[in-house]
Parts: sequence; structure tokens; C-alpha cells
Amino acid sequence: MPTSLTPGIAPGRLPADQVAANFADLQPPLDGHEAAVAADRCYFCHDAPCVTACPTSIDIPMFIRQIATGTPEAAAKTILEQNILGGMCARVCPTEDLCEQACVRETAEGKPVEIGRLQRFATDTIMAKQGHPFTRAAPTGKRIAVVGAGPAGLSCAHRLAMLGHDVTIYEGRAKPGGLNEFGIAAYKSTNDFAAREVDWLLGIGGIRIEVGQTLGREISVEGLKADHDAVFLAIGLGGVNALSAVGEDIQGVADAVDFIGVLRQADDLTELPVGRNVVVIGGGMTAVDAAVQSKLLGADSVTIAYRRGQDQMSASRYEQILAQSKGVRILTNVQPVSIHGADAVSEIVFEQTATVDGKLTGTGEQITLPADQIFKAIGQTFIGDVPVAVEHGKIAVTGPGRTSVAGVWAGGDCASGGDDLTVTAVAEGRDAALDIHATLMGGN
Amino acid sequence: MADLTTTFLGITSPNPFWLASAPPTDKEYNVRRAFEAGWGGVVWKTLGSEGPPIVNVNGPRYGVVYGADRRVLGINNIELITDRDLYTNLEEITRVKKDYPDRAMIVSLMVPCEEEAWKAILPLVEETGADGIELNFGCPHGMAERGMGSAVGQVPEYITMVTAWCKQYYSKPVIVKLTPNITDIRNPARAAFKGNADAVSLINTINSITSVNLDAMSPEPMIDGKGTHGGYCGPAVKPIAMNMVAEIARDPETRGKPISGIGGVTTWRDAAEFMALGAGNVQVCTAAMTYGFRIVQEMISGLSDWMDQKGYQRTSDFIGKAVPNVTDWQYLNLNYVAKAKIDQDACIKCGRCYAACEDTSHQAISMSADRVFTVMDDECVACNLCVDVCPVQDCITMVPMQPGQVDPRTGKVVQKEYANWTTHPNNPGAVAAE
Repeated sequence: MPTSLTPGIAPGRLPADQVAANFADLQPPLDGHEAAVAADRCYFCHDAPCVTACPTSIDIPMFIRQIATGTPEAAAKTILEQNILGGMCARVCPTEDLCEQACVRETAEGKPVEIGRLQRFATDTIMAKQGHPFTRAAPTGKRIAVVGAGPAGLSCAHRLAMLGHDVTIYEGRAKPGGLNEFGIAAYKSTNDFAAREVDWLLGIGGIRIEVGQTLGREISVEGLKADHDAVFLAIGLGGVNALSAVGEDIQGVADAVDFIGVLRQADDLTELPVGRNVVVIGGGMTAVDAAVQSKLLGADSVTIAYRRGQDQMSASRYEQILAQSKGVRILTNVQPVSIHGADAVSEIVFEQTATVDGKLTGTGEQITLPADQIFKAIGQTFIGDVPVAVEHGKIAVTGPGRTSVAGVWAGGDCASGGDDLTVTAVAEGRDAALDIHATLMGGN
Repeated sequence: MADLTTTFLGITSPNPFWLASAPPTDKEYNVRRAFEAGWGGVVWKTLGSEGPPIVNVNGPRYGVVYGADRRVLGINNIELITDRDLYTNLEEITRVKKDYPDRAMIVSLMVPCEEEAWKAILPLVEETGADGIELNFGCPHGMAERGMGSAVGQVPEYITMVTAWCKQYYSKPVIVKLTPNITDIRNPARAAFKGNADAVSLINTINSITSVNLDAMSPEPMIDGKGTHGGYCGPAVKPIAMNMVAEIARDPETRGKPISGIGGVTTWRDAAEFMALGAGNVQVCTAAMTYGFRIVQEMISGLSDWMDQKGYQRTSDFIGKAVPNVTDWQYLNLNYVAKAKIDQDACIKCGRCYAACEDTSHQAISMSADRVFTVMDDECVACNLCVDVCPVQDCITMVPMQPGQVDPRTGKVVQKEYANWTTHPNNPGAVAAE
């Protein structure tokens, strides 16, 4: 039986019950009484700062009051009217940087109202019911193509369907959900929540999903334009940045997003191999998700190596503390130089860095870490051959997702602006849908 | 350390905290536990006439009103007077009083409005050695339908009549417990003292329906699909009770007469407030029913600490001290002008003051784009609503203007002299200022 100390990359480092416990809900759901107590802390602020801080502008004081008065389903409708993926956002939003940071009780006591958990309580309640809470408007006869079944695409498709349009979503992978399904830590989406949420969302009707349809292969923007009244591109970021370190090709070096994707789709996590000494290079949410899950699978030592200071990591403070509480070491001000190993990786050499005159430079001092698995999490890039204008490596958009080409909109991570958050993608999909609707129905 | 020993009607107890006549004082077992916990006295749950015992419902007898986190704000009840045998109660009272001679033991009574009924029970109570009696003219449910309880308390003539019988056939102090279910509490209080009562105690419970079961379409507590009004008590009734105590304390006809304060006393502070308004002691029920008897220790330590801070040696030093400051609206100083002031450092920018003022008051608070809330003195009437709704203590305060300053709202100079409605030029019935 392998243990945490077994050398190399091995499955089954921890017993099944330990793995199951490790990958349970990061934050358990609130029960009815806990929700009532948490809801009562809301001050029902005037022009509430939490609403301003929410990319989807959910009327947070109203939904919390609806929970407090014993109507969680009404609360859920308040949430879902603004954010149809309110269930997932309740689980993955960095609330500590958004609504809960803005909460006046954070100002007053350093202890905000638990908006994220309350949102989950409301959305879980309504999703446990049969049926779908929204109905479609009368058919418009318009047909719209949405490319990509991630948060932006799903959000756009749902709003369009609600407005009476017929939507086809074209998805390259074998399964819809995008990063919700493939890209976030498993303990944030337990019991197959991402897939269940997509099924629930499709309950609106009028949305067809075609999987295995990749832009540039099976489909093209021109082709979609010819067959549809409008096209919405929500194709995410398909590429992963490369390290500029020698030895990147040695076995045992992989992309963090691929590791997370495989982990999310694994039927049995005890069969998923993980290194004894894991090093994750990067400083964002993906780095944290890969590192923490490596630890939870039983890796003996896991290190996040980031080239700048900890305060500059794009992973939220909450995520950094989560990683450290799970036993992940955060090593800062180091950049990879070379990776060594004969058949497989055995160690990685870093150079220490310093910021001189605002520029990051190597100091010449080196550190060597033992490593039998290395994950790259240094950012994703837009790859896609699209006949629309691109700026700073993303599809250029103005206003509610308008591209340079009439009839084509874009949103989510592939579009310029935004901040690569699920909640932002949902907002962009929704707003593009409203603009598509206004454009198609204009004059009526 | 302050001395909490309190003498009320010549009855001395180690502290002013008595348990009111209610379920907690129904029998020896509970009362012994109460005395062990430190309560200064008890009013034994109301005894009725000799005969077949009272019958209670066999379904729920309490309803509740909750605040946040199921905090009990008010309870109502439809329990009747003791449903135990009269002689069992009398024997237990005798035993307990003998074992706790330093504690006050008052016996609550409710028998029909017939002289013979009172003449029969009073000697039996006298034999127990209890320190006094309390006449239950207050319970608004059940017994009132049989012409007792609040049915008596609502007719001043009956109060005087029964009180006089008790004074005639009983040698120790007689306290008359008043019902709040009347329009002017001063009339029953005057009636009690007219019958030579030694004291009044108030309030008894308030007629109430605490909630409606919206599935069964019945009031709660629900007995087989139906409910009835019950007597409401607990923190929710305290403001009503304190006003009634104050009205009696300042009524020229009853001023200075002993009052035992009842109604939502939950903490030492509640007790101090009742006593400042003229109550010689307080009686407690709902707080004990919610938290158990141990709460009296907080009341003892809290009152004692406060008295030490204020330099009060004994409870009589502050009893009634707020009574002279309870006045009629017409005597309030109309020359007193205050303005709300927001402490920007303490403000957490929730905007509740703004919403309250803008939507429901005087549009006297401005809000900037970056959520700075500022009082506009030229609009502020000092209504205090912003202070009341602000979640941060002392963030908004009412600052009095000084004489000689110009009130920007009225353009008038603030006057130093006191002037009230009775002399105001807008008052058609104004009397000339002396």
C-alpha cells in the first residue's frame, strides 16, 4: 500500500474514507436555523455596498430578508433573476473580495454577513424542488448560436431562452459546464453540483447543447452566422502559458488545469496518482486548487512557488490561508530556472527574485526543491482563430460584449475586460443576451 | 458593596427580586429551588377556594413571540390558577416559610366576589405564617369568564369592596395586583387604596394573540384546532408596564403609595428602571421561565455594581428617583433644541439613517456618492429616528444647541428660558406667562 512517503507519482496514498472526508464540502451548508441566525445579521443597508460589489448586482439585502422571513425560494428567485448560476457562485465566488468585503459588518466587526453561504442556502432550497422557477416568453422565431457551455455561455443561453429565442450551444468538450465542471476544486462542487446545475438550468427549455463542436474544427463563426440570427462567443482560454525553464518536457511536469480537470472527472480519487513532493508554479486560484487537492490526495509535501511577494498573488487571501491550513507551503519571490530528472522529474531549481526599480529580477541565489510532480499554473491564454478583432490576446469587446463584427457578441474569459471570475462571466453572458435581444427585436 | 436588603410593606427580603405568582411558584419543589438560587421572595401561585381543583387544558398553554435567533421576546399563557388541592398548597407554604424565614412569602388569592368566600380562605392563609397576600385581579383568560381575575380588576368598585374584606379578615399586608387591560390604570389603583390596600402590584398579563397558525387558521397556542386569547408577558410588555407604574407613582391621589413592579423584568437594569419609576421592588416570571432561576445572580451582581458606581447605599436611595421627571407633554421645554450629529469615524456606512429620514421623516440627512451621511441642520427636527435605527451605538447623537445660537431650521435664536405649550402663542388656551 502506498503512503504519503512513497517515492514518485502514485495513486492510493490515503485510505478511501480519508480521501472522501478530504474532498467533502469545504464549507458545510447552513441548516434552516443557522440560515435564520445568519440572515438576521443583515442590516438591510440603503443602496447596499454588497450589491455594488457584486458583478451580477444581486439584491443581496432583499434575498437575505426573504430568508429571514422564511421564504428561501423567493430569496432564490431574487438571486437567480440576476445570476442564473447563483448556486455555483455561492460556492466559488471569492466573496471575501466582493460582497462580504463590502459588507458594513466587515467594517464594523471584521465579521461580514455570510452572504455566500446564505446564497447557497436559498439556491439549494429551490434547486431541490421539482421544476424550473422561470418561464419562457412567447417564441420570437430567432435562432442564436452560443459557442462554449461554460458560465458565460450558459448564462447567455438561459437569458435568451427566457426571452423567447431558440438557442443552440456548441461545446468542444464531451460535457457542458466549462470551468465549473473541469476547472475548480472538487471540494467546492461536491455531489456533481456543476452537472446538476446545468441540467437544472436547461429546465427553462429552448436550449439545445451540441458537444464535440470546437470552433475552427467542426464549426466556424462564419458558418454559425449564416445559420443563426446572432452568435455569442464564450470559448474561454484554451491555452496554458509555458515556463521558460529548461526541462519542462520531462515526465512529471503537467498543466495544473489538466490535473484539476482529470481529478474532477475521476470516478475514484484513490486511483488518481499524485506525487510525493509536489511543486505548483503560479500564484492564482488554479495554483491553490491544484496544490490543495494534491495535498488532499496524500502528497507528502506540496509547495506553491510564486515569483513575487505573497501580497501580489492573485489567489485571494482566503484561498492562501486555506492552502496553508491544509499544509501547503507558499514559497514566494522565486522563479523556475531548470527542472532535472532522468526518466522522470526529481528536482526543480529556482532563483530568488527581487523587485528592483519596479522590475522583477533574479538575484542569482538558487534554491533546489525535491519534486516528483510539477504543475504549471502561470496563467491561461486565449487561443482561437476568430474573424473578429483581438486586443491584448483576447476578443475585443465594447459595451455588453459587442465584437468588431455585427451579429457577433463575446463574453467570459475569452473577452477583453473582466477579471476571469465565474460571476463576471455570468454577468457578461446575461448582459450580452439582453443586448442581442434588443438588437434582434429592435424596432418592435 | 451596596446593601440590596429591601423592606417592602415592612417585609424584609435580602434583595428586591421576587418571583411573581405564576407557574414557577406553583409548589414547594420550585419555590425551594428558587430560594436556594437566591431569590428574595416569592408570590405563591394563586390559590382558589376549597373544593374540586381547577382544571387546565391538556394541550399547549403557552404561545411565544420570538426575536432574532429565537430569543424569547414575549410569552402568553392560558394556564389557570393552581390546579392543586388548597390544603396541599397551604401545608407547603407553611413548611417553606418556616425553613426560609428571611425570604418574603406572599400568597396570591383569587376566589369569587363574595364576602363569605374571602372570609373562608383568609384565616387559612393567616395560619401559614406567610408575610402577606396578593389579590389576583388581573388574569385576563379563563378565570375572567367566571367573574374573577381581570373581571374584578376592571371594575374599581369591586376592587375597593374585596380589598376592604381582606383588610377586615386578614391581619398582614394586602397587595392588589392590577390588570393592564383597562384604559386608565389610575382608577383601579385609586380603588385599591380606597379599600385600604397596602400596595398595588402591576402589571398582570396583557390580553393577546401571539401568532396565528396559517395552515390551521387558528390562534396559537392551538388546542385541537382552536385557540383563545392569553395573557402576554416578558420583555415585550416592559414599556407598557413601566408607563403604568409611573402613572400611579405620579398620580396626586396615589403618589408615594407602595408599588411592586412587574412586567418583563429580565435583567438588573430592568429592575433598576422599574424601581426608579417608583416600584419598591420587582417581580419576575418570564425571565425565570426562559432561563431558569439562576438569572437572579446576574440581577444581584448587576444591581449591586450599579449602585456602587452611583454611590447608592441601599435600594431606598434610588427608588422613585425618576418619578419627578415623568411629566405631561404640555410641560416639556419647547425652547430646548437639539440636532442629530453623525460621528463619521464610527459610521459603518449602512445608510439606515438615510433611508429612515428620507423615506419616513424629514429629509434631513444627505448622502454623497462615496456614502458619507451628513445631517442637514436646517432640516433636522431632532426626532431621534436616525439614532434609533443606527446599528452602531453612539454613532449618532443628539447634541443640544446652546442659548444664543440660531437654529438654522427655524432661523430663531435658541432661548435659555424654559417655555412650554401652556404658554405657547400657538395654543388657543395659553395662559399668560408669569
